[in-house]
Parts: sequence; structure tokens; C-alpha cells
Amino acid sequence: MKKQKLVMIGNGMAGCRTLEELLKLAPDLYEITVFGAEPHGNYNRILLSPVLAGEMTLPEIMLNDLDWYRDNDITLHAGKMVTKIDRTKRKVIASDGTEADYDRLLIATGSTPFIPPIPGADLPGVLAYRDIGDTEAMIEASTKYKHAVVIGAGLLGLEAANGLMLRGMSVTVVHLADWIMERQLDKPAADMLQASLEAKGMNFLLSKQTEGLIRGEGGRVSAVRFKDGMEIPADLVVVAAGIRPNYALAESAGIYCGTGRVRGIHVSDTLQTVTDPRVYAVGECVAHRGIAYGLVAPLFEQGKVAANHLANFGIGRYEGSVTSTKLKVTGIDVFSAGDFSGGADTEDIVLHDKQGGVYKRIVIKNNRIVGSVLYGDTADGSWYFQLMKDQQDIHSIRDHLMFGQNHLGDAGHKGENKAAAMADTAEVCGCNGVCKGTIVKAIKEKGLFSLDEVKKHTKAASSCGSCTGLVEQILASTVGGAYQAVSAHDKPVCGCTELSHGAVRKAIRDHKLLTIPDTMETLSWKTPNGCSTCRPALNYYLISTWPHEAKDDPQSRFINERAHANIQKDGTYSVVPQMLGGVTTPAELKRIAEVAEKYHVPTVKVTGGQRIDLLGIKKEDLPNVWKDLGMPSGHAYGKSIRTVKTCVGAEHCRFGTQRSMAMGIDLEKMLFGMWSPHKVKLAVSGCPRNCAEAGIKDVGVIGVDSGWELYVAGNGGIKTEVAQFLCKVETREEVMEYSGAFLQLYREEGYYLERTVHYVERVGLEYVKKHVLEDADKRKALFERLLFALQDAKDPWAERYAADAAPAVRREFEMLEI
Amino acid sequence: MSTIESSLEAGWKLICAVEDIPVLGSRVVKSTSGDIAIFRNAEDEVFAVHDKCPHKQGPLSQGIVHGRQVTCPLHSWKIELDSGNAVAPDVGCTKSFEVKVEDGKVLLKA
Repeated sequence: MKKQKLVMIGNGMAGCRTLEELLKLAPDLYEITVFGAEPHGNYNRILLSPVLAGEMTLPEIMLNDLDWYRDNDITLHAGKMVTKIDRTKRKVIASDGTEADYDRLLIATGSTPFIPPIPGADLPGVLAYRDIGDTEAMIEASTKYKHAVVIGAGLLGLEAANGLMLRGMSVTVVHLADWIMERQLDKPAADMLQASLEAKGMNFLLSKQTEGLIRGEGGRVSAVRFKDGMEIPADLVVVAAGIRPNYALAESAGIYCGTGRVRGIHVSDTLQTVTDPRVYAVGECVAHRGIAYGLVAPLFEQGKVAANHLANFGIGRYEGSVTSTKLKVTGIDVFSAGDFSGGADTEDIVLHDKQGGVYKRIVIKNNRIVGSVLYGDTADGSWYFQLMKDQQDIHSIRDHLMFGQNHLGDAGHKGENKAAAMADTAEVCGCNGVCKGTIVKAIKEKGLFSLDEVKKHTKAASSCGSCTGLVEQILASTVGGAYQAVSAHDKPVCGCTELSHGAVRKAIRDHKLLTIPDTMETLSWKTPNGCSTCRPALNYYLISTWPHEAKDDPQSRFINERAHANIQKDGTYSVVPQMLGGVTTPAELKRIAEVAEKYHVPTVKVTGGQRIDLLGIKKEDLPNVWKDLGMPSGHAYGKSIRTVKTCVGAEHCRFGTQRSMAMGIDLEKMLFGMWSPHKVKLAVSGCPRNCAEAGIKDVGVIGVDSGWELYVAGNGGIKTEVAQFLCKVETREEVMEYSGAFLQLYREEGYYLERTVHYVERVGLEYVKKHVLEDADKRKALFERLLFALQDAKDPWAERYAADAAPAVRREFEMLEI
Repeated sequence: MSTIESSLEAGWKLICAVEDIPVLGSRVVKSTSGDIAIFRNAEDEVFAVHDKCPHKQGPLSQGIVHGRQVTCPLHSWKIELDSGNAVAPDVGCTKSFEVKVEDGKVLLKA
């Protein structure tokens, strides 16, 4: 089949990202031609500031070098500016006469710097700050001249000023408004930023209107004059007074580019121009729903949607972006997002430590974050941004909102929360031994923009995940505004689909999907049989949504759940028999001892969950070990109920108020065979001394004289989280019903590999209370659904060593010989 | 002489029936040159690689099979089943073996 022709005008970040996404989805659909006015491949424009500052070099910021175009069979006309689009004949014409026909056209012409109409703006020595050419001109000027004036104290102006200062120039920043970065910062934050830039040697002239640029003797600019008559010397003037969408070409082709305030190529949610559906546009040249974005993150989102439609998938709409800003000046942390102008209906939470150089302001409206400004300590910027994007109700966490998420983890980096200030040799990921320097290097050299990419390339944050926050910060401080945290709500399950966990769960329920192949077909999975990330998730969603109807697929389970034992680093397995409530008998202990001797078990260990672990067992021995033990599986290997830890309780303890051992045994029996999004641990203590450590369990039960207190969503692992008080009940039956209902809610709504703590954090404790406490019918229904799902739960070990076990079950443990 | 017999004569070894390997699963063959993992994917293609991940020698046979790849159970490296190569950005290779199916039987050259 003859390929369609796709022509792209503009060879910048938005356009090339669209092509990359398109090539991923439909590598052979189009014959692609690209026109770029600059004589380079595609480079990372955001990193021009570090180049100017001498912290990076040009080759380091190339994203797509010329080889990339060649390898993907893309015809690149670098250095050729398109001057005409002929929509009738469907072709574009460049200034040198080069023509290209198109079936579909993608306009990504970006933006142009706005140069205010001031006399002398056309003098030599007056520059805008937009591309490699401008950057090189500034670097060259810095070697010859002394005085630089930057007009405009926005993000770009300050980065330019900082770069020129580091290159040895005396720099004055001139600004029309009363404080710097007034679009991103409020006055207190701006004042602190200004003070620290002044301490570095930068000069500021605020509330100053430029009247004209003065021509010196050699014809070059020599001074800047202001309306108030003041004049300052200037051998180099950088105008950074904002950008304007570059829509002239499109407009000349009759494509609607708006009138009045919002100008730009008007596009729909599919990124098609409103005028001509064959013509797409992405990036800074675009006006979408009345907004023209000047930051890179929204452009990437647009690119993704545009690529999807260009690839004829037709899924996905671009619905606008919420943006955040970060200043890339080494050693200074500034973060801003959303609306911080305040107003009668908004509330402020402010922390201001002038001497300590920290300012944080969170703006709240109707219990939701609508804006935030952070200076000095921006560690929680991405968290606030996330809460804002997700429009999460922050009512219940309001009192500790200001103190941050602390999701930097307790392991390894106590209190370390300034990614920018960390040494390159400092270890970030304690699991995989990855240092900050390694991460920064990978981000820069490989052009990484997302957390997933960093995980893949460096392995940082890819094991336990406790350093995720820190890695996100490093990413944010390295790529600046290009980083956009992905909202957990719409994050795709994996690379096999665009759908989120929530969307997949819902589809399985709504369409009554019962098998993995059906689910993948219905939801248009991109891979033939998924991957090791999505298949276990789908398997869980199916069996938890449709118990006794959906069939469990062992091949979609992680090996531990398939072998019903825990794989160890040398490929052997560990065996943990069930020991209800941590209570055992001499007979059981004898059998365990005999098995350990018979199979030469190298290590016998007491677990954290009050059981006994036999480590180092060969896979082919597992069925015989289980048979000899004659005890049921303890499920110590699964995303499932693990164990119920108990203290001695009123049975023996002189302080005990309730019979905690019996309660624990009842709970563990009830939950036997329960699969869940992640592992589930319980504990029951017989008095408030809480010897069973119920405060850090998924469900913690603490006996008091008058009944039982129930706590939920605690976690003793990666990050210690204290369980939250759910309610107090009186009877044993109530303990079972309330904790069962909570667990069933989690089982039905949790995302795969989401612990209860994260589930409750996502939906809010209020929500849990609404379902489990306030509505007795809902609670009883939840509890019934749990009991239904668990009825007839079989011991997986007995099923496997049974004499009549099916060959398909047995062969998992049988080796072949030749 | 059947095709299987001539294959055996040519040095191939009979391992098992294709049905003895679960779809999207594996079996382990003990051999003098170490354990060999035999995989079967959804298209009934059969692959054989040394049962050691190039990363930290994890038993690849115990991993989840998808497409023409397996994910190592220890640290989730993805290995191409036909070549034994790790999927980028990871770098490494495990030895692959010639394997074929004749009359529903799996034959291995090792």
C-alpha cells in the first residue's frame, strides 16, 4: 500500500515529540517530511539556559540528531523556512522553492519572542532569547563586552541574566512590574528570590519602563534609557518580554488564528485545526480552548493526543493542562503552580521563614488546592501540584499539608529534601545503589523527561519506590518545567495500554469481562498478551470482581503465587506454613523440625509475622515438603492475606482486657485464601499496650475493656505509616464484619500493588467511613461479598500434593531430563 | 524414517510434547551444560535459553512469558526468547539453544 504523506512544519520539541509518539504507534503509516528553520536536528530548548550558564554543552542537549531522522526514514529540510501552505493543492513551499505534498499536515512552528516597539530594538547587540543562535551570540558577546541588560524579569529573563552573570558580565535586569516573575510568584517569594539573586551579584531595576536603546559610536547598542530619564550602560541587551505564538504562516493559509486577545492556531481537542481537519497543530503556536501554552509539558501532552489521531487510533482528547513552573538557576529552588492571586473565596496557608530563606504558600478554595508558591524548600512542589491536578479534597490532611508528604522515605535519606543541594555522589536509591550524579547524567544524556524513563534507564526508584519523591525532584530540577508529574488517576497500567487501573477495573465490571484475552480484546490492548506488569493486575481484577466466575490464570501470576512459595535469590524457595494467630503446638513444631532435617533445610527462621520460615528448598521438593508438614499454606508469598499477629491477651496476660489470640485466629481463618491488590497484614492486641503492633497494620485491632478499637491503613514497611482510627465496636462479630467490609472495599477498588495506606490516601478516610461505618446496608453487603468470594477456599498446598492432582498442576514442580 | 527419527539421528534430543509446556509458560530441562528453560508462547512458538538471567542469574523459567519475551522473576529484566538478549536499556545476553517442534514434539539441540 502506498504510504500517506505527512509534512511537519517546525522542527522543535513539540513537533518531534509528536513524531516520536506517532512512530511508536504506527511506524509505517506515513512518509514523513520535516521542515525546520534552524540548521540543526531537534534540541532541548529548555536546557539552553544551562548551556548559557556554562553548565552544559550543545551536543548534550540534542534530542534528535540527524541520524534519528535518517534511521526513521524522515526527510529533514533543516534550515529551510516554509513560506507558503497551499491547502487546495495540499503542499507546502519553502523559501528556497522546495515543495512537499501532504495528505496530512502538522504545524509546530512554536513561538517567537515578543520585542516591544522601542526605538533602537533593531540595533546590533540587541537580542531575543529563543534558540541556539541567540545563545551562541550571547556567549560570544560575554567574551567581548562588559555590561548586559536584560529586559524582562520572567523565567527566561532571569535565566539569561544568570547565565550572562556566570560568564562574567555585569548584569542588570529591568522589569516593568513591581516585582520579578509576577506571573509565577507572589511578592514575598519574589522578594526572597530577588535578594538571593542580588547576593550573587545581579542588579535589578523594577517598575522601570524602557524608553529607548541608545546607539553607540560603533553602531552597536551602548545604553538603555528609561522614561524617568535614567540611563545605564549596555553593550548587550537581551529582550525577554514574553513570547507570541508563531501563527503567521498558518493564518496566511486561511487557518483560523483568532482575533483579539487570544491569538494562535485554533485547534480542537484532537489537535486538528478548527479550519481544516487535514491540518494538525501542536505546541506553542497553538491556541486550545483559549489558552496558548508557553511551557513544554502541555506540549508533550498535546503531542501524545495528536499522534494518536494521526495514527488513526482516534482515542484520547486533549483537555488542556495545568502547568507548574520551576526556575533553572543552580542553587535556587523556586516552584509555582496554579492560581495564587487569592481572592475573597480562597484561603491561604503560609509559612514564611525570612532568615532561613523558606517561603511556602498554598492557596485553597473549597478544600482543594488551587495554587502554590514555594521558595527555598520546593521538596513538596510536585505533591501539591498533584493534589491540585487531581482536585483532591485536602480537608482531612489540611493540618499537616504545609509539612509535606515526607514521601522521601525513611530509609536512607532522613530529612534530605533538597534534591538540588545534594552532592552528585549522594545515594538516592538505596535498593539499587544509584547516586544523584548517575541520575542527572542519564536525564541529560538520554534526554529523559518522565519518571518511568528514569526508572528504566537508571533503575532508581524501580524497586521499593521509597525514593520516588526524591527522583522526581531531581528530574524536576534537571529538566525544569518540562517535568510534569503524571496523575495516578490517569496513569496507564503499563506500556500495553493507555488505560488507567481505574478505567480497567471499571470496564471489567461494566462489561462483565471474565478472561484476560477478552479483556485485552475489548480494551484494545496494544500487545498480543500483555506483559509482566499488566497480566497479574488483570488477573487480580478479574478474580476479585467476578469470584467463582472468572478463572484464575496461573501463567499471569508472579512465580511466588504460581509455585505457592517465595522465590529466593538463588532460585530456591521458602516455605511458611500457616500458624493461625502465631499460635502453634508441640506436634506442629516437631513436624516442622523433622521436615527441616529430612530436606536439609539450610535456614530455619522465625518471621516477622509470628510464623516459621524454611528457607532454601528446591522447587521440585515443594510438594513433598508440604505433604510432610501436613499444615496449610501460610500465603506468605502472595498479594493476599498474610498473617494475623497477636499478643498473648486476656488468655494469659495480667494486663489483657480481651482475648486477642482467639480474635486473631478467627480473623485469620475468616480471611483464608483472600487475594488482594497487595499483601494484607493484620494484628490483634489485647490491651492498649498494643504488643502486637496493631498500629502499623492494614487492619489493626486493639482490645479495650469495653470492646475493640479498629485501625486501618497502617504500614510498617518501606515507609512507616501509622494506622488511622476507624471506629470502636463491642463484639467479636462486629470486629469481623467491620474489618471484613473495609478489606472488601479495598479489594474491589484498590489498584493492583496499591497497599491499603495508599488506597486510603487516594480515596480519603471519609470515603471509607461513609461505606463501612455510616451505611450499615453497604457494610453488610461488602461483608457478604467478601464471604462469598472466600467460600470454599482450598489450601493450595494440599491441592498440589494430592494423589489425584491434575498433571497440569503437578508439572509446575517437575523437571525434565534429557 | 519419520522426520523425528531423522532429527534424532542428526543430534536433536526429544524433550517432551508441546502440550507438556503450559501456554505462556515453561519447563526446565536438566542437562550436562546446566538447566535449560524451554518456553512456549501464545502462538505455540517454542524457545530454549540457558535458565540464568544475565543480570544476577535468576531462573528465567520462573518468569512471566509475554509475546516473545520473558520477565525475570528476580529483578524484572526482560529477555528476548529467540536471541537471549536483554531488552534495552538493560544490556546482557543469555545463551540460546536451537529448538524445534515436529509432530507435536519438542526437539532440542544442546
